[in-house]
Amino acid sequence: MIRVRALRKHYTVHQRAPGMAAAFRSLFRRARSTVAAVDGIDFDIETGARVGFLGPNGAGKTTTLKVLAGLLHPTSGEVTVDGFEPRRRQDAFLKRIMLVLGQKQQLLWDLPPSETFELNRAVYDVPRPQYEATVRELTDLLDLAGLVNKPARTLSLGERMKCELAAALIHGPKLLFLDEPTIGLDVSMQATVRDFVRRYNERNGATLILTSHYMEDVAQLCPRVIVIDKGKLLYDGALETLVAKTRPDKRIVLRFSRAIDARDLEGLGKVVRHEPVQSILQVHKDAVNAVVGRALATLPVSDLTVENPPLEEVMSELFARGRSADLQPGNDDVA
Amino acid sequence: MSLRNTLRAFPTLLRIGFADAVAYRAEMLVWVLSTTMPLVMLALWTTVARDAPVGRYGESQFVAYFLATFIVRQLTGCWVFWEMNFEVRNGTLAIRLLRPIHPLWSYAAGALAAMPMRIIVSLPMAIIALLVLGSRGVTHDPVLWVFWASSIAGAWLITLLVNFIVGCASFFADSSLRLMDAWLILFFVLSGYLIPIDLFPRSVRAVIDWLPFRFQIGLPVELMTGAHSRSAALRLLLEQWSWAAIGIGATAWTWRRGVERFAAYGG
Repeated sequence: MIRVRALRKHYTVHQRAPGMAAAFRSLFRRARSTVAAVDGIDFDIETGARVGFLGPNGAGKTTTLKVLAGLLHPTSGEVTVDGFEPRRRQDAFLKRIMLVLGQKQQLLWDLPPSETFELNRAVYDVPRPQYEATVRELTDLLDLAGLVNKPARTLSLGERMKCELAAALIHGPKLLFLDEPTIGLDVSMQATVRDFVRRYNERNGATLILTSHYMEDVAQLCPRVIVIDKGKLLYDGALETLVAKTRPDKRIVLRFSRAIDARDLEGLGKVVRHEPVQSILQVHKDAVNAVVGRALATLPVSDLTVENPPLEEVMSELFARGRSADLQPGNDDVA
Repeated sequence: MSLRNTLRAFPTLLRIGFADAVAYRAEMLVWVLSTTMPLVMLALWTTVARDAPVGRYGESQFVAYFLATFIVRQLTGCWVFWEMNFEVRNGTLAIRLLRPIHPLWSYAAGALAAMPMRIIVSLPMAIIALLVLGSRGVTHDPVLWVFWASSIAGAWLITLLVNFIVGCASFFADSSLRLMDAWLILFFVLSGYLIPIDLFPRSVRAVIDWLPFRFQIGLPVELMTGAHSRSAALRLLLEQWSWAAIGIGATAWTWRRGVERFAAYGG
């Protein structure tokens, strides 16, 4: 479905120091620098896959998505999406894709979402019966009844995002790019959006590419992740493998039937947090069984769970560590 | 999008564009009414002409000219470059680029969709003009009225294309607002908007004849007020549509070159 080889996207940006003198100087002479937003990345994505793009701010995730959607012309490299060269933005290509930008909206601000739906029906040339069936289905799935006839500006952020998703799917795209689709939404609305997106992928066999700073989005939706930092590809593979390689630790959450002292935990592992009746230990995955056995034998444990470290921490560590030899791309194959 | 599909989608674009244009009715009306500069010029020039005619213009000719200017400006006005400049700079042009219809068509639909509101404003002015001047202020030749309709379409198209080209300049410079300011200064002076073109000295008119500005306002106003014979009108119409053709070519070139530079900033 998607093939990317040696993709580069460089921007020329002006630079100017603060202050009046710098502003005046910039009238005559401007310092320019080239920023490598994407700097030679390769990957392939199969039809129907759900792939998460991870990376810190400015890593090149959104730029990559915009190149794939045909919004940006690559500086160099080869990109094909479903047999099309995105930069040419042929109608047949545009009718197969949609990019949902969490920070930009396609809903017409002063008009009800139903008008944006109608606009998309016309420009995507969706037959009327198909359009009506799609709107009915999306209204049911996203619980849009009562929203679509109010001006978009009067809707809450979550309501608008649901309507954005519906507007994006009027033409039934086979490839969905989602850039921060849950940004600013509360936890419940995030879950609603995630659930809807997963069902859309499963029901329509659509390929889904997601960027999000909410790791839960990626953990819940994407079996495969592509990690980008400073425009370079750090990792391409299964999320679980990434976690295991970056942080081969587990977290043991212990709850106690009575308060214990922190000294009672000495020798069990690194204490991440301690409260009188609950502690969290971090131990190497190979030591989990032994530590659990000792904890059960020596402490008044009423409940115990073993968890992976939070994905946010894994990613922070990965980016802090930079490129490491054992996280080079291509060392984990995921279809 | 193929031309056929674009034309099929166009009525919906116009309908939704109109709904969008009148979402704030009071604001829209105030905005349209604020383009009253020709009425200011009418007051000014009729005062000047009170003692003696200026060129071929007496008081009633100035009244006819500037009422016609007001109507022509309403029917040919277009401010698409604002939207383009904003959308290029903050990246929201991305939304239009994702749709399988050329963004310039959707901008054009938006500009056309404001037309009914402009006609609503122009109509009372046309009625006032007829009541004040009788029918002597306008041409009685039906052929010239057909030419006038064509010149209105041509003037609107040239204005739209200028907006497109200046809007596309935002791809190259960070902002094209000042470029439009420069164009508008020339437009106000050289189009016949503030001063009838035949009041300029011959040497200046020779320059104006080689520029597109007069075809945006002056020509439709002159046709409406019967300033030209049929043959002269036809020649001027051909010149106007030649400018429109040049504008189409220039727009296509700047768009193609510009969109490659689109950075889609902001998320």
